[in-house]
Amino acid sequence: MVEESPMNAQERILARIREALKVPAPKPGSHGHGGHGRDVAPAPVFAFQGRPVQVARSWLPPGGSTPQEHLTRFAAASAELKTDFRCVESEAEAHVQLRQIADSEGWARVASHHSPLTDAATTALARPTLFTDGGYVPDELEVCDVGITTCDVLVAQTGSLVVNSRTSGGRALSVLPPHHVVLARKDQLLGDLTDAFQRIEQLHGTHWPSMISLVTGPSRTGDIERILVLGAHGPKKLTVLMW
Amino acid sequence: MSNAAQQFLEAAGTITRNLRHRGLIQTALRKYEVARDRKKSAFNDWSAARQSAAETKWDAINHLDTYLTEFASKIEARGTKVHWCTTGPEARDTIRGIIKDAKAKCVVKSKAMTAEEIHLNEALEKDGFEVVESDLGEFIVQLRKEPPYHIVFPAMHLTRDEISDLFERELGSAPTREPEELTMIARRALRRKYIQADVGITGANFAIAETGMVSITENEGNARLTSALPRVMVTLLGIEKILPKLEDLALFLPLLATAGAGQTVTGYNTLYGGPRQPGESDGPIEWHVVLLDNRRTELLADPEQRDALHCIRCGACLNVCPIFRNVGGHTYGTTYSGPVGSVITPHLRGMQEWKHLSNASSLCGACTEACPVKIDLHHHLLQNRRNAVGDSPSWIERLAWRAHAFAVNTPALYQFGQEVARIVEPLRLRLQGTPLDPVKSWTRTRDLPPVAPESFKEWWRNRR
Repeated sequence: MVEESPMNAQERILARIREALKVPAPKPGSHGHGGHGRDVAPAPVFAFQGRPVQVARSWLPPGGSTPQEHLTRFAAASAELKTDFRCVESEAEAHVQLRQIADSEGWARVASHHSPLTDAATTALARPTLFTDGGYVPDELEVCDVGITTCDVLVAQTGSLVVNSRTSGGRALSVLPPHHVVLARKDQLLGDLTDAFQRIEQLHGTHWPSMISLVTGPSRTGDIERILVLGAHGPKKLTVLMW
Repeated sequence: MSNAAQQFLEAAGTITRNLRHRGLIQTALRKYEVARDRKKSAFNDWSAARQSAAETKWDAINHLDTYLTEFASKIEARGTKVHWCTTGPEARDTIRGIIKDAKAKCVVKSKAMTAEEIHLNEALEKDGFEVVESDLGEFIVQLRKEPPYHIVFPAMHLTRDEISDLFERELGSAPTREPEELTMIARRALRRKYIQADVGITGANFAIAETGMVSITENEGNARLTSALPRVMVTLLGIEKILPKLEDLALFLPLLATAGAGQTVTGYNTLYGGPRQPGESDGPIEWHVVLLDNRRTELLADPEQRDALHCIRCGACLNVCPIFRNVGGHTYGTTYSGPVGSVITPHLRGMQEWKHLSNASSLCGACTEACPVKIDLHHHLLQNRRNAVGDSPSWIERLAWRAHAFAVNTPALYQFGQEVARIVEPLRLRLQGTPLDPVKSWTRTRDLPPVAPESFKEWWRNRR
């Protein structure tokens, strides 16, 4: 194998692209109205007008416009996704619910990370807890019954929530244990994905974490006869506790 | 006829007679259609959303050099190593080198059609590495030692019983008819692999130029685990995956999920911007992003079909294609099957060898209608037919058309032909269906209309 410097390969590919792009392409979505035959000049080049996405959001499934609508939509999406969504009155009430789930599922080991919301919750749970901050042994995380994390935002439009590798306990905490519990405040719930990506940019734009994941429901697969099964490789259960 | 064309015809002849296969595909795709239509109707305006996506991809592809440079420099700034590869073998050697340098034994992989395209697994296994596919469908077809049947649903051609038999044989599990139990068998088999593996390989759905990130879409969480636990991560993607801005995902994620599987958005849509960053608790120490050309720039050089590079690999055109629904995914003999595969394969692997795929179409246009980024698929199939003939004209065809043109332009000769046809007709009818039939290649699958008892000219003369 001839070793070539990466710069050469990059320049070579970019040069091919620039050469290819010398001939303009017709306007997108102009089916069958372009040039017929290779010698016929293509249709006039479409002048690309800024960013269409800000407009595009109005064509997407709606996320609601008031906090109450956001809540209703998030609850409806969660029900369809089989996310266990519980909106409660206070943090204390959330801890009560958390203890109930822990008792009914018999959690022996809990995994979490340090943050005001999770610290209060793990203290209230009072069970052996693995904190992933600063590194951990994967085998020890694998045997935990639950991963409890915070999130950046929640999205009413899709029933999703966003975790990241810096402030939600790393990459594996939210996917390796069989149950993922998310603790969130009501003001973290936004309308649609456009809002969510803007908030993520505000939160992390100057210093990006290495991973940001939009989580929509528990892990799922339909690979066998298109029949839905939860818990393919990630968590079988997803619980969102919000107050 | 090319080898590939011969194989296509043989495979199609067999599978179209297989009623069990047909039943399975029809059931699976009916379920898909119901889900997709329900999710499409949740859009305020599906067709406007498609047009917007087509315009965004048009911008990305027609400024590919700028966006790729931006993507690479942003992602490198966070410590990622970017490799640019012109050909499949180059990309394979690059990844083999990374795995050797990592002194890896076990490699875990999440779904990547680009890896199928360059036959990565075969190359790595030849080197003695164990490569484990972690997506459930891919895991199943890997155990069967066959390529994925469909770019989104790799094992849709198998029943639960076949999968149960396969797991019993290969993994020693107890037989079961429950999809849930079968899924758990795979889950248990793969859990250890994520933790043991030294290298994780993933594909990618989008590359965001603005922020220098790769976006990976999946339902199972296997790509999340593949990119969380191994100490080295490799991501292989085609250069056409570019999107200009992060917020473009607000449009593309719902579009991909709705068109691809009838979901609002897919279970996990994950952005990766670098290897483990200072202060983070896990993630790979090294991350290699391998950008693959593999003749995509040749498709780019054809302005007429450049929009085929807008493809987001949702599989919607496969699902609605009457040809795909009858011949299935394996008949194509290509990495990318269905309408989009028929359009791009001749560009990626040679026009003359693969031109027959342009004829594996009824030109009904269902693919074009289904495409969420409005690729003009069925016209591209027509253009490929034209280009294939233009590049390599057949002298027999040309001669035949010349003769035909001469005959129809010479009234006396044309009339003589009619007379002969009328005399020969009864004899030909008696030969029809026998090996002596002179036009048997036509009459084998089609009707030949009978020669009219009198021509229009004669009819007109008699009526006056």
